[in-house]
Amino acid sequence: MNEGNVKITVKNVTKIFGKNTKKALQLLKEGKSKGEILEKTGATIGINQASFDVYNGEIFVIMGLSGSGKSTLVRTLNRLIDPTIGEILIDGNDITKMKKDALIQVRRKKISMVFQNFALLPHKTILENTEYGLEIQGIDKEKRKQQALNSLKLVGLEGYEHQYPKQLSGGMQQRVGLARALASDTDILLMDEAFSALDPLIRKDMQDELIDLQASMEKTIVFITHDLDEALRIGDRIALMKDGEIVQIGTPEEILMNPSNQYVERFVEDVDLSKVLTASHVMKRAETVQIDKGPRVALQMMKELGISSIYAVDKKKKLLGAVTAADARKAAEAGQSLQDILDRDVQKVSSDTLLFDLFDSVSTASIPVAVVDENDKLLGILVRGAVIGALAGNNEVINVLEKAKTEVAADQSEKEGSN
Amino acid sequence: MEGLLPKLPLADWIDSFVDWLTVTFAFLFDGITVSLEGVVEGLFAVLEIIPSYILLILIGLLAWKLSSKGIALFAVIGLFLIDNLGYWEAMLETLSLVLTAVIITVVIGIPMGIWASQKTVVKQILTPILDFMQTMPAFVYLIPAIFFFSIGVVPGVVSSVIFAVPPTIRLTILGIQQVPTDIIEATEAFGSTTRQRLLKVQLPLAMPTIMAGINQSIMLSLSMVVIASMVGAPGLGADVYRAVTQIQIGRGFEAGLAIVVMAIILDRITQNVGIRKQGGN
Repeated sequence: MNEGNVKITVKNVTKIFGKNTKKALQLLKEGKSKGEILEKTGATIGINQASFDVYNGEIFVIMGLSGSGKSTLVRTLNRLIDPTIGEILIDGNDITKMKKDALIQVRRKKISMVFQNFALLPHKTILENTEYGLEIQGIDKEKRKQQALNSLKLVGLEGYEHQYPKQLSGGMQQRVGLARALASDTDILLMDEAFSALDPLIRKDMQDELIDLQASMEKTIVFITHDLDEALRIGDRIALMKDGEIVQIGTPEEILMNPSNQYVERFVEDVDLSKVLTASHVMKRAETVQIDKGPRVALQMMKELGISSIYAVDKKKKLLGAVTAADARKAAEAGQSLQDILDRDVQKVSSDTLLFDLFDSVSTASIPVAVVDENDKLLGILVRGAVIGALAGNNEVINVLEKAKTEVAADQSEKEGSN
Repeated sequence: MEGLLPKLPLADWIDSFVDWLTVTFAFLFDGITVSLEGVVEGLFAVLEIIPSYILLILIGLLAWKLSSKGIALFAVIGLFLIDNLGYWEAMLETLSLVLTAVIITVVIGIPMGIWASQKTVVKQILTPILDFMQTMPAFVYLIPAIFFFSIGVVPGVVSSVIFAVPPTIRLTILGIQQVPTDIIEATEAFGSTTRQRLLKVQLPLAMPTIMAGINQSIMLSLSMVVIASMVGAPGLGADVYRAVTQIQIGRGFEAGLAIVVMAIILDRITQNVGIRKQGGN
C-alpha cells in the first residue's frame, strides 16, 4: 500500500468536550488519563490523539463500545464535529483549516453519510429525500431525478419513489438513506452504525448488499459499528477504539489472531470462529496424482502416505476426480487406466467458504472435501480433525494466517495495478 | 425600610419617558395609526360587502375543508345565531381587529422566532421580554397606547399584538429547535447552507408547532377584545363593556356568547392548518 493510495489521513485528532479545553489538552500531552483530566478540569476527552490512514476503495471499520468515541471520530471526518486539534486530510487537503464555503463543497462533492436512525426528511417523499444532496447543489430537476432514480434502483427501491419515509419499514428506510448518500456520487461514504437499528436478518442482508455494491463501486467507506461480527464480515481493515483511543488497527485476521492487548482479546474471545474462518484457513496440503500416471503409481502413493483415497489432477493442477485404493487395486489387476476408475462426483468448496457453511459437506463426505479456486484448481483438502480443531480455537490448526496476509497483500497490489 | 432609602421615582421616570416618546416619535406613531386604521377598516369594508348568509356559508365550507363536518355545522349554526341576535356587524368589526392583530403577530413573531432559534444571545435577551409582555397586566400598557395612538381601534390592535405575539415567537423557537439532531446533521452532512437548512428542513418540520403558536396568538388576541374596547375599539367587546357598565345581564351574555362562538370557530379552523400529510400520519 503506497502513499498515493491514501484517501483519508487522520493525524493526531483529539476532541475535548467542555470549557477548559486548553488545560485538558496540556494534561493530555503530559500523559494524564481520561479520569484524571475530568476530575481536574471538568472536560471530557472524546477522541484521544487518533491517527490512521484510510486507503482508496477499502471498507475501514471503526469499532468500539458505546462511549468509545467512534461516532465522534467519524463526525470529525466531515466536521459535523470540529476536532480540538489535529489534521484531517482528504485527498491531501486539510479540512480542519477550511472556510465554511470550501467545507460545504467537500461535503457536497466528496463525502456523504448514512446515519444510524436513517435521518430521512419526514416531509419529503423517497425521491425527494434521495434528491436532497443534489437539490441543494442546484442541479437541474431532470438530471437530479435521473440520478436519484438510479441510486434507488441500486438499493432495490424502484417503485417506492412517491411514498413517504414513515410508510416504509426500517430496512427500506435505511436503503433510502444509502441511496441518498449514493446519489451525490461522492468518493467517500461515512456510515455511522448504519445497520445497527435494523433487526438481525435484515442487517445481514444489508451487509451482503453493501459488500456487493462495494464490489462494483469501489468507494472508500468508513463504517462505524459496535458489532464485532459485522466488523469482521464487511471490514477490509478494522480499528478498535476504547475510551477515545485507537487500540489496534488491522485486518480481521490480525485482530482475531493477534489481539494487541487484553481489551481486544476480551472483545474477540466470544467471536463465533465458524463465521470468520474460511476453508482456506483450515485446509491441508492435498496429495495428488497426475491423471496420466497408472493406477499402480496411485496405489503406491496412497500406501506411502497411509491414505485410502487420492485426488487426480491434470498438469495444471485442475481437479478431475478422486481415486480410492480399492478401485486402484482392481484397475491395476484389470489393466485399466486411472481415467476409467475416476470418481468424478467429488465434493468441492471454494476457498472463501465460511467454516459455518462447511459443516454439512465435511461431516457427510466419505473422503476429505476438496478446496478449489474458480478454475477448479485444487488448492487443498479439508480434514475433519483440522476443521474441528480450528473451531475449538486451536491456533496450531489455523496455520494459514501468514498465507492469508500475503493473499491480502497480493489482492492489494492487483488493485493498485489496475488503478 | 422607608427610612433607609427614599422612594425611587420610577413612576415619574416612566411618565417623562412616555412624554418624550410621544413627542419625539410623533411622526412614527401617526404613521402607524393611519396605516393600522386603514388595514382594519379595509378588512371590515370587504367583509361587510359580502351578504351575511354568503359569508356564513363560506366560513362553513372553510371549516369543513380544514376541520370536520361537525365543526362546519357548528360554524353555520353559530354564525346564524350571531346574525339573528343582531351582532353581525359587531362581529365583523371584532374579526377585522383580530385578523389585523394576527397578521402583525405573524409578520413580527415568526422572523423573531427564527432569529432567536439561530442565535442563543437573541433568545436570551428575548425570553425575559416575552415574559414581561405576557405577565404585565394589559391595562398598564393600554394607557401609553392611548398616548401614542389616541383613542380608537389602533391602541386596541397594538395592545392585542403585544399580548398575543409571545406564543408565536416561543413556539417558532421551539418548533425549529425540536427538529431532531440527526436530521439537522444529515442536512449539514450533504452540504446545506444555513439558509437551505432553514427553508428546506427546519421551517417545514417546525410548521405544525408554529401553527399551534399562531392558534394561541389568535385566542389571546380574541381575549383582548373586551379590554381593547375600553380604549374605544368597536365590536363585540364594546357591547360587552357597555353591558357591564349598564348592568344589562342579558345583553352582556348575548355579546359574550358571540365571542365564544367566534373563538371556537377560529380555534378549530386554525388548529389543523399546520398538520400536513407526512405519510402514515
